[in-house]
Amino acid sequence: MSTATHPTAAKSTGRFGAYGGRYVPETLMAALEELEQAYAEAQTDPAFHAELDSLLRDYAGRPTPLYFASRLTEQLGAAKIYLKREDLLHTGAHKINNCIGQGLLAKRMGKKRIIAETGAGQHGVATATVCALFGMECVVYMGEEDMRRQELNVYRMRLLGAEVRGVSSGSRTLKDAINEAMRDWVTNVRTTHYLLGSVLGAHPYPMMVRDFHRVISKEAREQILEKEGRLPNAVIACVGGGSNAIGAFYEFIPDKDVRLIGVEAGGRGAALGEHAARFQGGSPGVLQGTFSYVLQDDAGQIALTHSVSAGLDYASIGPEHAMLHDSGRAEYTSANDQAALDATVTLARTEGILPALESAHAVAECIRLAPTLSRHDILIINLSGRGDKDMGILSRELKLKGA
Amino acid sequence: MPIRFSTKPGLVIYLTAGDPDLPTTRAIALAAIDAGADVLELGVPFSDPLADGPIIQRASERAVQNGTKLSDVLALAADLRRERPHAGLVIFSYFNPVLRFGLERFCATAKEAGVDGVLITDMIVEEADEYLHQLHKHQLAPIFLAAPTSPDERLQRIAKVSQGFVYAISRTGITGTQQTLAKDAEELVKRLRKFTDLPIAVGFGVSNAEHVATIGEFANAAVVGSAIVSLIEQSTRDEAPTSIARFIKGLRQSVALAR
Ligand SMILES: Cc1ncc(COP(=O)(O)O)c(C=O)c1O
Repeated sequence: MSTATHPTAAKSTGRFGAYGGRYVPETLMAALEELEQAYAEAQTDPAFHAELDSLLRDYAGRPTPLYFASRLTEQLGAAKIYLKREDLLHTGAHKINNCIGQGLLAKRMGKKRIIAETGAGQHGVATATVCALFGMECVVYMGEEDMRRQELNVYRMRLLGAEVRGVSSGSRTLKDAINEAMRDWVTNVRTTHYLLGSVLGAHPYPMMVRDFHRVISKEAREQILEKEGRLPNAVIACVGGGSNAIGAFYEFIPDKDVRLIGVEAGGRGAALGEHAARFQGGSPGVLQGTFSYVLQDDAGQIALTHSVSAGLDYASIGPEHAMLHDSGRAEYTSANDQAALDATVTLARTEGILPALESAHAVAECIRLAPTLSRHDILIINLSGRGDKDMGILSRELKLKGA
Repeated sequence: MPIRFSTKPGLVIYLTAGDPDLPTTRAIALAAIDAGADVLELGVPFSDPLADGPIIQRASERAVQNGTKLSDVLALAADLRRERPHAGLVIFSYFNPVLRFGLERFCATAKEAGVDGVLITDMIVEEADEYLHQLHKHQLAPIFLAAPTSPDERLQRIAKVSQGFVYAISRTGITGTQQTLAKDAEELVKRLRKFTDLPIAVGFGVSNAEHVATIGEFANAAVVGSAIVSLIEQSTRDEAPTSIARFIKGLRQSVALAR
């Protein structure tokens, strides 16, 4: 392990074991404390939950189905595979769960300007959507590389009335978009809420964003008990920042027999810079407000990353995952670009479901794992999003016959 | 060497170490001290400077590109300490390079180099137990940022653990140059003054002699960063030390005139 000892302090808040905390410029502290308090108050306010639940149901489309993928199960020839269909939600990914929650909080705090970062564009689209719904001003920061590869989502955000600001620093991807969003927040903190899109950043974000996604595992647990009368052997989810994964894992954490498997982006190789597998090539460090595993060089400079999926292409990982990793409660593996592309085709052709490239990493792990299990075993894949946004990349990367 | 401000206001000069290269930073630093900088902040370049505006971002990127590391910055500090025994030297960094180097090893090396104080941009008082412990052990002054958005309770906590000076951020925002000094600064210094007798330095956006003179009316020192870094960007390596010295003398001159 690295030389980084964990810097826990007595007054530190938002710790997950050694990880998490708050490493931010002082200017943001008042806003983080305000948000923490607003969130705590909302938690105990039945009116907040009533509004959240009603929007999740009538606007976003919850609960999402737990679908038995019979043809995929048959093809892999072993464990029964269920898909938790977050891809069916309004805007096409799990991201909307968090955006509705934080949008309501921003309303409570009287903040009318919302900023967000986005990688794949799904969080940006969900944020732009909620801002349209609530009549709020919306600015989304997006790396120029991601704008190029997720062009459709850029147009969607603009159509929804959001301003999309391209970021040309660093690798022009998610990490750089977060830097730019934080700079905006530091400058406009008095009027602006930063609607962070994953379980990243300083406290209370990792906890709060997790709570808004817990509904995924809450539903999935009830649904699998109803359908199968027992819990699954494993829950599999892709891990960018880690929001869909923590949402899919959370209610299963006390169920010790349920394996929790996070899938990182293996990219195109094992060398630093070629992937985004933080638990394989990373070490503890501080990036963008939180202490967690980080891909970095010996001097503590943050490494570049690569993934075919913009949403997984990030140098750090949510601090709660770092804790689950160290404790062994969750396992983390990776799927490379090619495996994700292959899994996309497999799922499309066996089930007629086109997964987002991010979610395809979870499908790839399932394809690898299922044949090693028995017919009595049950797997749940969290299908975090749909692949419509990836048509451009898919048509370039896949050499389809007859296409 | 305790941090001291000889004139009112004192001058703190920020440099991104390694921009455009380490020998040039060394030459600029010596010239800055000789031109009247009381304290030098040696910025450790970082790949993700999220509290910095475009000028320091670009400087940081150039320095990271040419491979400038924390260990190089500490070696530069040792060199400057030998050359100029009386200058105040502060290491200015984001937390990750320090964490990666090892907090204790960093403090020991910095002390040995003759560094006076440390400022970590993304270190807040609540997270600072171990950090403060190591700094105290090695007799390094912890310098914290105070912001216009910090409520009084936070200012009190910040004042309590700071040594050397307290760094008051002149506005809500990132580093960069600006035309007029924000009104936020004076009010923040007034609030901060209730909790500390330490010198208070005002920084972020301090760009010219007039700003420095204004700060002199309500605070102990002015921090000039982006304006210096921008001038370095516009100068050749050979010219940079002289043009920085001229600029700093200019900042000083108007202070004398204003009085
Ligand atoms: C469909 C989808 N899944 C997963 C992710 C990765 O984010 P997280 O790990 O926070 O779920 C993204 C991010 O853009 C996404 O769009």
